[in-house]
Amino acid sequence: MNRIKIPIGPQHPALKEPENFQLVLEGEKIYEAGMRLGYNHRGMEKACEQRTYLQDIYLLERVCGICSHSHSTCFVQAVEELAGLQVPPRGLYIRTLIGELERIHSHLLWLGVAGHEVGFDTLLMYSWRDREIVMDLLCEISGNRVNYAMNTIGGVRRDLTPAQLENISKSIDALEERTKYYIQVATEEATLIARLSKVGFLSNADALKLGAAGPTGRACGVDRDVRRDDPYAAYADMEFKVVVDNHCDVYGRTLVRLGELMETYSIIRQVLKKIPEGPIAVKAPRKIPAGEVFSRYEAPRGEDVHYVQSNGTEKPERVKVRAPTLANLSSVAKMLEDNYLADAPIVIAAIDPCFSCTDRALAIKDARKGALGVMEWGDLRKYGIEWHRRNGIDFSDLNKRFSKFMERCRI
Amino acid sequence: MAKEEEISGQIAAKFPFLAGQVKIQRARRLWADVPADKFMELFSCLAREMGFSALCTITGLDAGDFFAFIYHLAKDDGIVLNLKTKIPKSDGHWKSIGEIFPVGIFYEREIADLLGVKFDDLPPGPRYPLPDNWPEGQYPLRKDWQGLPVTAPAKGEAPGE
Repeated sequence: MNRIKIPIGPQHPALKEPENFQLVLEGEKIYEAGMRLGYNHRGMEKACEQRTYLQDIYLLERVCGICSHSHSTCFVQAVEELAGLQVPPRGLYIRTLIGELERIHSHLLWLGVAGHEVGFDTLLMYSWRDREIVMDLLCEISGNRVNYAMNTIGGVRRDLTPAQLENISKSIDALEERTKYYIQVATEEATLIARLSKVGFLSNADALKLGAAGPTGRACGVDRDVRRDDPYAAYADMEFKVVVDNHCDVYGRTLVRLGELMETYSIIRQVLKKIPEGPIAVKAPRKIPAGEVFSRYEAPRGEDVHYVQSNGTEKPERVKVRAPTLANLSSVAKMLEDNYLADAPIVIAAIDPCFSCTDRALAIKDARKGALGVMEWGDLRKYGIEWHRRNGIDFSDLNKRFSKFMERCRI
Repeated sequence: MAKEEEISGQIAAKFPFLAGQVKIQRARRLWADVPADKFMELFSCLAREMGFSALCTITGLDAGDFFAFIYHLAKDDGIVLNLKTKIPKSDGHWKSIGEIFPVGIFYEREIADLLGVKFDDLPPGPRYPLPDNWPEGQYPLRKDWQGLPVTAPAKGEAPGE
């Protein structure tokens, strides 16, 4: 059969950073997938060497719009280890709390994106409405919906009042109720199960070999979570389960993220219950003693790692960042293989790359004729939804029933 | 720290040149300097036989007359071994570990682009992360790099293009 090559990207809204996927098709199936990365390289590692440790916190917080607290925490805990600082327990608890609130906002965002990519748009509308609850909380605590600027070297910058803690507790109750319903939908609705099962399959052996991180790996039975394996902040004091699933497909990735939301609510309740009184930060020196440290953090998308080398001055000698998406992109190529073109949007979205607001065109190249056609991401999504509707998976009914239920349990 | 000491002992038993050389920085953090000629054998053994099943990343460093590489290897129980090796900058050739950890190919391409290290056995593929039209011989993560040379715009070309 003739093969057709389709370049996707570098710019479109389902990708965290602009990336370019080259899909080689045999009929409607993806035969091979390649990729070109780096379109959004901003030279941050070099820029860190030219700034002070304190300035670097704010720079690194902007590596990712969603995992901002993840990157700043990963960096400050490296610098604190270099400087030999003991962060007060209350500071560590607040760090943990913000990290888990960030996980809720990230996972609910993903749930909406996944719903949208398969044509289950009421799920997008409601999960994003629920996400506003946690965005409001973060805004109340830090003054910002993203880039919270909570971390500083030696602790956190803002304390929490008893009223804020009470407010968090109430909001978590509401979110838990909604998440339980999402889990019910995910485990009982035949349409959703049929649409997501066996899509984007990645075997356990491949996930281990390719280094799949976070929920992407855990949905393939890779039982790794830095929060449990290499505890940081206040995680050593928390009791929680690492959610692992053996479906190895997009359905499994959905179940893992929903399950993690429930664990996150439990962690937040433990933080609220156990949070000790006392100072939230210790004073940090401007000059950091020479040395090198490797720091890990379980971001919503998987393991985030930073390496920091100090030369004894107020600026680092080297800062190295590896964000989880880079670890997961190796797996995407494998997941796309042998899937239908109609499933490409949900497979790419299922590793949870961040959302960018740029919508550009896909060029479709017909290898036989050498002709170049153009398909926008939105068109590819529509094509996917229509393709599955013709094959018996139609979300119209579920969309209606879902919104009926949601209107009844307004919060 | 019993587990860390046990691992340090196991490494020293298999590779006597590392006896007493594995530094335990704190719980779950080990560091070791390895000569370049012994590196691949040790790396392969750690990944395939000693349970270091994840490569967190590879850090490339410009260390004066040398390029240094730190391979951050993790075990499932949270222990990280930071394996450091270095090669002379004048040579600049190093080996790929892509066969053991395919994810490492991304990390190696990054080091090749930003530091100018040549990985001899990297599979063919697009560069990462610099653009395709990035000038030859410009390696941003080298300490002496001062930014791209400023050239006068060619005739008919708008400034800044």
